[in-house]
Amino acid sequence: MSTITIREALNQAIREELARDETVFIMGEEVAEYDGAYKVTRGLFHEFGGKRVIDSPITELGFAGLGVGAAMAGLRPIIEFMTFNFSILATDQIVNSAAKMLYMSGGQFKIPIVFRGPGGSAFQVSSQHSQALESWYAYFPGLKVVMPSTAADAKGLLKSSIRDDDPVIFIEQERMYGNKGEVPDDPDFTIPLGVADVKREGKDVTIVARSLMVPIALKAAEKLEAEQGVSCEVIDPRTIRPLDLPTIIESVKKTNRVVLAEESHPICGVNAEISAAIMEHAFDYLDAPVKRVSGADVPMPYAKNLEQLAIPDVDKIIAAVKEVAYLD
Amino acid sequence: MTKPSAAPPSAAGAEEQSSTGVIDPPKDVDKKKLAKERDQAKERQKDRLSALEPAQLIDLYRQMTLIRRFEEKAAEVYVAGKIGGFCHLYIGQEAVAVGSISALRPDDYVLGSYREHGQALAKGMSARAIMAELYGKVTGCSKGKGGSMHMFDKELNFLGGHAIVGGQIPLATGIAFASKYKGTDQVTICYFGEAAVNQGAFHESLNMAQLWKLPCIYICENNQYGMGTSVDRAMSLRDIAQKSCAYEIASEFVDGMDVLAIREATLRAVERARKDYLPTLLEIRTYRFMGHSMSDPGNYRTRAEIEKYQERDPIKLFVASLLEEKITDQETLDKIDREVREEVEDSVKFAEESPLPPPEDLYTDVYANPIDPAKNRTA
Repeated sequence: MSTITIREALNQAIREELARDETVFIMGEEVAEYDGAYKVTRGLFHEFGGKRVIDSPITELGFAGLGVGAAMAGLRPIIEFMTFNFSILATDQIVNSAAKMLYMSGGQFKIPIVFRGPGGSAFQVSSQHSQALESWYAYFPGLKVVMPSTAADAKGLLKSSIRDDDPVIFIEQERMYGNKGEVPDDPDFTIPLGVADVKREGKDVTIVARSLMVPIALKAAEKLEAEQGVSCEVIDPRTIRPLDLPTIIESVKKTNRVVLAEESHPICGVNAEISAAIMEHAFDYLDAPVKRVSGADVPMPYAKNLEQLAIPDVDKIIAAVKEVAYLD
Repeated sequence: MTKPSAAPPSAAGAEEQSSTGVIDPPKDVDKKKLAKERDQAKERQKDRLSALEPAQLIDLYRQMTLIRRFEEKAAEVYVAGKIGGFCHLYIGQEAVAVGSISALRPDDYVLGSYREHGQALAKGMSARAIMAELYGKVTGCSKGKGGSMHMFDKELNFLGGHAIVGGQIPLATGIAFASKYKGTDQVTICYFGEAAVNQGAFHESLNMAQLWKLPCIYICENNQYGMGTSVDRAMSLRDIAQKSCAYEIASEFVDGMDVLAIREATLRAVERARKDYLPTLLEIRTYRFMGHSMSDPGNYRTRAEIEKYQERDPIKLFVASLLEEKITDQETLDKIDREVREEVEDSVKFAEESPLPPPEDLYTDVYANPIDPAKNRTA
């Protein structure tokens, strides 16, 4: 085990997979000579050269589509979006080409590609640079959507995503690149896609949280335990599509109360989906209505105080847990 | 600073310019010059014909005729309600697919738009596989899941039918990227209509292709209409081949009604791609004799315009050359036409008798590595 940052964990995953498989290459804006806008690809250009680590022009639709075409012809591209906000320009190729190629070709053309980069809020970068887009991509059959919250998950899940034969949307969190955690040193360490992780066991209330919300939910759980004697179970789905619903349902059946935390907007969000699934599969087990804690339903503001108000925090999650536990 | 001048440089220049700035042909046609040009064209055509064996030439005729007859039949069964969805026919454009694909090796890649039945046939797909796909049958080339706009054949390196205008252009660029990455000398042809040239995907792709020297041949089939919008109403610079200047990419303008001219231009592009990993843009000026799709009202162009282009029907022109140079006779061509009609009839019979996809196919081919979280978790 080594204690490293999420940034370093992602870097290791890419490095190891580049070394392991000649068909893997990484392309994106500033991934090579600049060492990555967020330094996730630091050192890779010098180690693997310009054939495998490729700086692209600012042409998101173009290089996303190039990646899908390369995957059709047998390569395994990693396409980095400097941030997922810019993937919006590439959605035609992600949605209309990558997600549907296998199906509309009657199973002939698999698309083993990873679209990765940071998503969600950063620090005061305002509306166009602070978007959590996982519910968009999770909507489409044919895509897999992964969102790690720890260094070990980041490494293990990214390696699995690169080895997977389907298009994977791999959303990192801009604020979390510097978060540290223990990561196994084994170069064959992977974490299977589609498996949730119970980040904290508990018996009174289930909190389902992903990405940035996981450390915040864990802090809320600690405080609730210490101050209120409420025991919270924190579940991180890690993969949004396919979603490990059995783990969530099992937990809800045990605790009978659930809070869903997410950074994204509430309307048509992932938590709306989880909420509906809980109602379908565990309605009779609920002792309180499902409670969602989401990002504010507004474009992200710039001002620091307004930005803080827009993102769920420990206090909001504690208030939601108290509500479903009928405390106060 | 120079002042922009509204006045044309000379009186003569003023006469030649129409109000839209397009230069009209001179009023006094130099008949001698035209006759000379016609003779030169005939000589060129003779050279082109002699560059191929008679059997090869006759095969080009056979392929174009197969596409024509296939599409006529597709229209017929569409009207009869046997096939659904959209159906974009290739009639009038046959020379483009046949001429260009004849310049390829079997292991080269081809991608097209949603008007791709003809390209699929030219790449070697069977009429049966394509017709069955139109019928939505499990024996179709995409197991009935793709339909008219999504024909695929991995064995033949026919990489689809793509139905978002211009969407196949970045894909083709990526396929060419993969050929270079793997160090093979395979070439990719990407077909698209002139309307796709207005999409960002075209410009982004050409930039990357020349920047990274990718072996892709971009073939713009300029049939002069994007659905019902003529190129005059949609494009500020209508000389598409000239747009290659923006990316320093090699380009040629080609007569889309001349199958041998298309073959020759493609051969030059193939050589550039295969030897030097260089892309090419070919603007091939053609015309579709049918509507955009089967539901086209046709009210945006005149019957006279269509008839004018039908005089230069690519199959008719090619037949005239073959007969004039005595490469074959009418009897042989008629026999081929009958064989092709039989092949198409057989494809309809095959499609009609084929089974529909079984209901369980609805949920297959969504993922190459399907994941069942419940199973994964306990594993």
